[in-house]
Amino acid sequence: MALLEVRNIGKSFRGLRAVDGVSFDVEQGAIAAMIGPNGAGKTTCFNMIAGVFAPDAGSVRLGGRDITGRRPHEVCRAGIGRTFQVVKPFPQMSVLDNVVVGALNAHARVADAKREAVRLVELLHLGAKAGELAASLTLPERKRLEVARAMATRPTLLLLDEVMAGLRPTEVDEMVGMFRGINRETGLTILLIEHVMRAVMALAARVVVLHHGERICEGSPEEVVRDSAVLECYLGEEAAG
Amino acid sequence: MSPQRRAYVLLAIIAAALIVLPFVSGSYVLSVATLILFFAFTGQAWNVMMGFAGQLSLGHSLYVGLGAYVAAGLFFHYGIGPWAGVWLAIAVCVAAGAAIGFLAFRFGISGVYFALLTIAFAEFTRIGFDHIDWLGGPAGLFIKVEQRDSWDLLNLRGTPVMFYFVMLALTAGAFAFCSWLLRSRAGYYWQAIRENEDAAQALGINTFRWKMLAVVISAAMTGVSGVFFAFYYNNLFPEQIFHISRSIEIILGPIIGGLGTLFGPILGAVVLTVLADGITELMALAGIEIPGVKQVFYGVCLLVVIMFLPHGIWPTIARRLGLKER
Repeated sequence: MALLEVRNIGKSFRGLRAVDGVSFDVEQGAIAAMIGPNGAGKTTCFNMIAGVFAPDAGSVRLGGRDITGRRPHEVCRAGIGRTFQVVKPFPQMSVLDNVVVGALNAHARVADAKREAVRLVELLHLGAKAGELAASLTLPERKRLEVARAMATRPTLLLLDEVMAGLRPTEVDEMVGMFRGINRETGLTILLIEHVMRAVMALAARVVVLHHGERICEGSPEEVVRDSAVLECYLGEEAAG
Repeated sequence: MSPQRRAYVLLAIIAAALIVLPFVSGSYVLSVATLILFFAFTGQAWNVMMGFAGQLSLGHSLYVGLGAYVAAGLFFHYGIGPWAGVWLAIAVCVAAGAAIGFLAFRFGISGVYFALLTIAFAEFTRIGFDHIDWLGGPAGLFIKVEQRDSWDLLNLRGTPVMFYFVMLALTAGAFAFCSWLLRSRAGYYWQAIRENEDAAQALGINTFRWKMLAVVISAAMTGVSGVFFAFYYNNLFPEQIFHISRSIEIILGPIIGGLGTLFGPILGAVVLTVLADGITELMALAGIEIPGVKQVFYGVCLLVVIMFLPHGIWPTIARRLGLKER
């Protein structure tokens, strides 16, 4: 049984079908990626999994438990941590306190949550800024804060929405190395939306490709980049550019 | 010295000064000090909702009035003292806060619309109380003034010094309680909700529940200040106690002092009360009497702070003293 089972989920916004009957699985302990052109419905899929929108149709199961239509905080408690593509820090709280908020999901005592937050802030290379307000962070730092905060909730599945966007290639490699390490050491399952193919190729064992709200391809990264439909709608543009 | 040590030293100095004050001051200064403490306490209560959790209430006069009328009514009709009455006052305020919170948060009313809802509740309660004859209606409810020369803590009848110390104890208690809240899970969750509710939910926070808790705690504390108000002033009129101008008076202190900070409501109350009373006194001395000077002064204060110190006075002072800003 896969950890995450997404079955035929669909969502319309005022008649526009943003996502139409998308299904895929993410195996326990795997790293999977979701790619596709802008407006393909990737973030809408994430939002349905994370409980921001209830799907119009279909179901989402985590570890065999139906979590379809649960509210965001319930989905988080069920074990899904997520980052936001458009980062949402708590600007007037310190970087450390941002992460403490997440850690309180998994710790009964504030002191324990603080210890965990200190560890994660170091892990994401935010240690030097721990005491500063989140408002003072640069965009790449805010992306890392999103990751630290989501990981602090101690999820079984981590949803990463374009956390590599805007990073330099060396920073991408560093982040890829970090996720690999976490995945290997803790077995944390990761599903990421990503445009940076360098990261997708290096991280993901399975790739789901969305286009116009539909799944057009699924397979290993090598299979996907050879797929003609994918080349035409998405990667082709990049190759041509 | 660490910021924490410095904060404790500052607190100790303030505490010592406040305890000595009634023995060295005249009755006028004492009444101003009591008023400052009243606004510091009530501001602290309001700050839990707005400063900590980011929920703007413009109708806190509702809880002052409910607390005051419940305790005064019980005392007036049944001779039940304020220490018993305060619990019913708290219960009534909690129920009112919970009702408003439930309506707003369940149906996604937030921001300005939430503020309007709080005004609406305060306003129709004000009008409603005009028709409750049992509590005096528009003619007011009066508590008999007696034993002014001795302390009767049990019935909260006594000298101005007694009222001063009661209010001082309440303010100190509220300060300690709020500082504990801010360091607890609730404090972290409230601030997260204030800063970004979507992100808060994604981190597992049941925002409905925690916002309700903020409203209920704030309402309960404000109800206690209402009980004090009733026994200190001995007269209650719906037109005054539920009026929106009272709500505005309550929120000015924390805004000017520093939203979401522990010292802000206290500092704001000092600045506003001392300066507003000072100006009124000065004008009286000069033989000028213009109604509404105080309100104009409040407006000027607010303008100056918003323009030059958008986070309030306290964060600026805290930085100078090398203290934590919150």
